Amino acid sequence: MTIPLNLTPLWLTLKVAGVATLLSFLVGVVLAFLVARSRFWGREGLDSICTLPLVMPPTVLGYYLIVLIGRHGWLGRWLQETWGISLIFTWQGAALAAAVVSLPLIYKSARAAFEGVDPNLENAARTLGLSELGVFLRVSLPLAWGGIWAGAMMAFARAMGEFGATLMVAGNLPGKTQTLSIAVYDAFLAGNDQTATVLVVIISAVCLTILLVSGKIFKIRYL
Amino acid sequence: MKIIVDIKKRLGSGKRVFGLEAAFSSDKDVVVLFGPSGAGKTLTLQAIAGLVTPDAGRIVVGNRVLFDSSRRIRVPARRRDVGYVFQEYALFPHLSVARNISFGLKHGWSWRLPLQERLRLEEVLEIFELTRVQDSLPRDLSGGQRQRVGLARALIRRPKLLLLDEPFSALDALLRAKMRQELLRIKERFTIPVMLITHDPEDVAALAETLVVYDHGRVRQIMADTQEFAPEQLAVSLSSLIPAPSL
Repeated sequence: MTIPLNLTPLWLTLKVAGVATLLSFLVGVVLAFLVARSRFWGREGLDSICTLPLVMPPTVLGYYLIVLIGRHGWLGRWLQETWGISLIFTWQGAALAAAVVSLPLIYKSARAAFEGVDPNLENAARTLGLSELGVFLRVSLPLAWGGIWAGAMMAFARAMGEFGATLMVAGNLPGKTQTLSIAVYDAFLAGNDQTATVLVVIISAVCLTILLVSGKIFKIRYL
Repeated sequence: MKIIVDIKKRLGSGKRVFGLEAAFSSDKDVVVLFGPSGAGKTLTLQAIAGLVTPDAGRIVVGNRVLFDSSRRIRVPARRRDVGYVFQEYALFPHLSVARNISFGLKHGWSWRLPLQERLRLEEVLEIFELTRVQDSLPRDLSGGQRQRVGLARALIRRPKLLLLDEPFSALDALLRAKMRQELLRIKERFTIPVMLITHDPEDVAALAETLVVYDHGRVRQIMADTQEFAPEQLAVSLSSLIPAPSL
């Protein structure tokens, strides 16, 4: 018996999740460091906004994203008029949706990791002549690396499984924006149970691997 | 070297407020800040190093004004040329002994140290008897070795003043006596004035040239007569200043 196996959704999913994780990594780490280490007006609000995607339904997030980057959204119109770019119904749009949904996972663990760094180590670096950027790059970041990396793994796994927001922003275009989780739903609706089963096994295996790897490798302890 | 400290700082809010008002000056080479925990000694050291900004006042080290609220001068910590040895040494746990010590030397983005600085590192490793453990991580060192790494890391930058926050409290009694002598030797070798915090009268007797007594965020007394620093005499003169001193 041969299974008609189309791996396009898998590659697409890895691409979307990879770009999404990169995005949420950069934004999440910087925001986490700001919230963990400085006191400014609106700090609590920023913290809430970064955590919000964790508790909001993905469809609601997708709706917000469409309002923002859709044809009539202010960011969408600016992108269209200035650069000729439209993110709706593209894999880049799917990546943006997945990035928003996975942001809290990396933000939360990065914040906890930064707060776990002894402030005296950062102070020691200051008395040794380092600028604030130097303190971040040579002390805070390396010491928080374990937690940040674990958060990035979780964010990647979450981005791979993203469904609701992705479907609303990028739709279900086979070969273009149809990721694994959407392909599962598509196959199931079409009564194509065999394909659905294969896809389910693939996605489960990948997610399980990620969790095992992030749990095993990144137990970095110095003390 | 002339050191002038005259600072005010309020910390906390609501009912839990701590107010520090400290003023003293010294032109001796070893200044000891002495007093019970929570009296504001560490806060004073942090203000001198630039890690905490006082609400008002002035800090002068040598001929350099590091902080002056009335003239809006506030030199950032990284430009103060002040070495700081933290209470638990605050060694970077992810870096080897050699990389800890050379941490403040490396500038720019180059990976390798310039030749001159590498020679300096080797010299300092030698002085502090750390050559053998230069590739070890801080967690694998003994207490005495950790302290020497903390000292070496601060001194390799040739600071103008060395601050030590309870340098001997984490050491056992035997090692403590040895490290006191070592500190005096280092002070001579690097020709650097030292300011240290302690609540051990033995440290005062062995080291102090100027003694600044703290209590409840205030400087109670400034003593510059080393005759008075013998532990028995000190106990007598302090008993009137600090209620129930932990001597």
